[in-house]
Order: sequence, then structure tokens, then C-alpha cells
Amino acid sequence: MVEVTLKVNGKSVTKSVKGNTLMTEFLRDELRLTGTHVGCDTSQCGACVIHVNGEAVKGCTMFAAEADGAEVATIEGMASPDGTLSVIQQAFQDHHGLQCGFCTPGMVMSAAALLKDNPKPTEAEVRDYLEGNLCRCTGYHNIVKAIMAASGQDVSSIAAE
Amino acid sequence: MYSFEIGRPSTVADAVAALGKDEAQALGGGQTLIPTLKQRLASPETLVSLTGIAEMKGVCAEDGALSIGGGTNHATVAAEASAYPALAALAGGIGDPAVRNRGTIGGSLANNDPAACYPSAALASGATIVTNTREIAADDFFDGLFTTALEEGEIITSVRFPVPEAAAYMKFEQPASRFAMVGVFVAKYADGVRVAVTGGSEDGVFRWSAAEDALSANFSAEALDGVSVDADGMITDLHGSAAYRAHLIGVMTKRAVAAAQ
Ligand SMILES: Cc1cc2nc3c(=O)[nH]c(=O)nc-3n(C[C@H](O)[C@H](O)[C@H](O)COP(=O)(O)OP(=O)(O)OC[C@H]3O[C@@H](n4cnc5c(N)ncnc54)[C@H](O)[C@@H]3O)c2cc1C
Ligand code: FES
Ligand code: FES
Repeated sequence: MVEVTLKVNGKSVTKSVKGNTLMTEFLRDELRLTGTHVGCDTSQCGACVIHVNGEAVKGCTMFAAEADGAEVATIEGMASPDGTLSVIQQAFQDHHGLQCGFCTPGMVMSAAALLKDNPKPTEAEVRDYLEGNLCRCTGYHNIVKAIMAASGQDVSSIAAE
Repeated sequence: MYSFEIGRPSTVADAVAALGKDEAQALGGGQTLIPTLKQRLASPETLVSLTGIAEMKGVCAEDGALSIGGGTNHATVAAEASAYPALAALAGGIGDPAVRNRGTIGGSLANNDPAACYPSAALASGATIVTNTREIAADDFFDGLFTTALEEGEIITSVRFPVPEAAAYMKFEQPASRFAMVGVFVAKYADGVRVAVTGGSEDGVFRWSAAEDALSANFSAEALDGVSVDADGMITDLHGSAAYRAHLIGVMTKRAVAAAQ
């Protein structure tokens, strides 16, 4: 066991973890933050994407012991405490960027990382950035549209409503 | 996963000491090793994480060469290796953004996956792999599938790439994994052209000497007309036959030469 101290969505947390505890297990089982989803557990689907020190990483492919001292952000930290959705989340709702919603936490966290580095991405850049995020429902068009809208760009020509 | 302890040393010296213990293994970005541990294909008692070692991170250009810390992740190389654009582009095309934020050059070279991208860049550039104990020429480093010249507990601390006059990497992606079905790195130096191929051979990354000779005489895609790879020894799997891969090597090499012009 090793003791880790990290910030999760701004709150400081100290816990003892086993060497083989994954970030997804730490967040979901220890902290009961079940918004970070586990779709594949094999680094393929991106449902588990979180931010570690501001960078998008797959929570299923990082050990909690390695997050000692880090700032971690999860989907639970995206909306305001009063429940007001973030711009990206609201855009997903407005543009039907989700159906079953399983992939959505990872999609939103990836989108937030993209827009932080590239505030006005092209459609091709959005699609390229989402390479590691799989969605089995939407066919991606409305996810791309939502992210373009969240970046303040005109989306009338991107896929049908 | 079997259980194990994780240590996070902050210097190379401490990491080397920790790796001296029985059943200890280095952990780079974990993008290959963690899936392997989940499948119980490895059973270390201790993982020595290299992610907290500042001296193993960073990109630095000096005297016509680019030196990259062994613990530098793919995203950093993509953003900072502007002195060697073909290498930056290769790093930016590995996997997806989340993989690039964790995976490291040292981990990729140490792993020597037959379809990985970095081994072709190291071999085509005649790079030097620097470890905690010695310097190894890329020509002597790769030793067949998932095998390298590294000794037990030896750590790649940096990799030094001589910057070529012109270069390009062309990857034909296996669309599900994004690894190379075939990837070809072409690099033109004052003393000749080097061509390294990943994804093709059953023996892992290799130099294609016939193409090197043709391109050293005439650095143009046409110089490769009539030059071909023998399908014998190429990989056959559900994604493509040996003959298909051999053909693809010719096509990707021509594209790399055209892109490097
Ligand atoms: C979805 C996905 C897509 C991918 N796509 C590609 C791709 O397109 N092209 C590609 O090339 N790769 C791809 N990869 C692999 C990725 O590049 C890995 O990051 C890389 O192969 C291993 O690097 P790592 O730092 O994660 O090493 P780890 O997984 O931590 O370690 C791998 C091995 O190297 C050893 N090791 C680690 N660091 C060092 C060091 N500094 N010195 C000595 N030994 C060390 C470890 O002990 C272990 O045996 C992909 C991975 C995933 C999950
Ligand atoms: S659960 Fe992590 S990538 Fe699928
Ligand atoms: S909305 Fe169902 S998987 Fe994406």
C-alpha cells in the first residue's frame, strides 16, 4: 500500500492505495465518483478519460499511485455546484451529442482538453482529436457538431439536425 | 492484475537501485505495460515508475542533433521536436491524444513492438540510445520481436537523433489499433539515405538496403521503380498477407520520399 495525496475536482484527498489500483478504480470505488466510465478496460474506448494536471489521459491505463501530488479533474467537476452545465455539456444537450450517454463523460473530458489547447478547432481537428473516444450510438456527427458549437463556431453546415 | 508495489523515484540513480531488486520492472507511460499486466502476461513484484524523474524528460537541439529524454511523452515530442519535423509528426500520429499524453519514447523503444512507430525513426536516423550505463547505436539495439540489446534493469535515459537534410515517415494505419500495418521512415543524410520499415517483417523493424542504395544514388520516388521487398519473412495476419505487406512497403517508401522532397 502507498499513501497518495491529490486534488480531485479541487478537493484535496489522501488515501492509501494498492500498487495495482487503477485511477478508474480509485475514482469509482474509493471516491464513489462513478461518472468516469469503464467501457473496455483495454485502453481503446476513451469512456474513462479524465484530466491529470490538465492533460487528457485514460483513467483505466494509469495507476492511482502515480497521481500523488496531481490535480485531477473528472466529469463530476464540469458542471457548476448549482447544477448549471458547462458550455460543452450544454452544447452536447442542445445538439443531441449523446444517446445512451455511456461515452459522454469521456467525450466531454476529451473535448475540454482539445478546446483548452485549440479554442477554435476545425471539424477535421475535432474528429482527429476524438480518435481514442468510441461511441456506439450517435455516429459521431452530433458530437462533432456539439464541440464545434461549444467553441463558438457556426455549425449549420455540419451534419443534419 | 497480480499485486505489486509501485515506487516513484525522482532520480535515475534511485531508479537503477530500485530496479536492482528481484522481479522489479520499469514503468514508463504504462500504455503498453498496464494492458500487459491486466492480461497477467507479466508478474513483477515491484514497478519502478519513471514518470517522476525530471532529468529524463525534455527535448533539446544541439550540434545538428536532437536529444530526447527517455521519459518524454509522445505529445511533448510532437510539440517540441520542431528541429526534426518528421520525428515530431511521427510522435503526433501515435495512437490518440490520451495515449500520447502518457506513452514515452523510452517505453516504445524498450518494448520494440514489431508494429510500433519510434523504432523505425531511431533506425532510419542512425540514432544513439543512451542508457544509465552506455550508448547503443540503433543498428545494434533492435533484436527481433519485443527484444532489444537492453540488459535487465537498464534504463533508456535519452535518445540522440542526428537531424537529416530531409525525412518523412509514412504510416499505413491498421485502422482499429492505429499501429502501423506498415510504416516507413526515410531519412536523407549527407553521406546517404537510410530507410527503416516497421510493421512488415516477422523479425521486427529492419533497414531496407536495396531502397537505401537506389535512393542514395537518386533521391526520388522513381528511383524505386523495380525495387521490391521479398514477401518471404513478412507478417501474415488477419489484417493482411505477406505479399500485401511487401507491396505496401514499396508504396509507403515512395510516398515517404515524395513527402520528404
Ligand atoms: C490505444 C493505443 C494506441 C497505440 N498506438 C500506437 C501507435 O500508433 N504507434 C506506436 O508506436 N505505439 C502505439 N501505442 C503504444 C504506445 O506508444 C506506448 O506508449 C509505447 O509502446 C510504450 O511506452 P510507455 O512509455 O507507455 O511504456 P510502458 O508501457 O510503461 O513500458 C513498456 C515496456 O518498456 C519498459 N520501459 C519503459 N520505459 C523504459 C525506459 N525508459 N527504459 C527502459 N525500459 C523502459 C517497461 O519495463 C516495459 O517493458 C499505442 C498504445 C495504445 C494503448
Ligand atoms: S475504459 Fe479506458 S479506454 Fe476504455
Ligand atoms: S451515446 Fe451511447 S455510446 Fe455514445
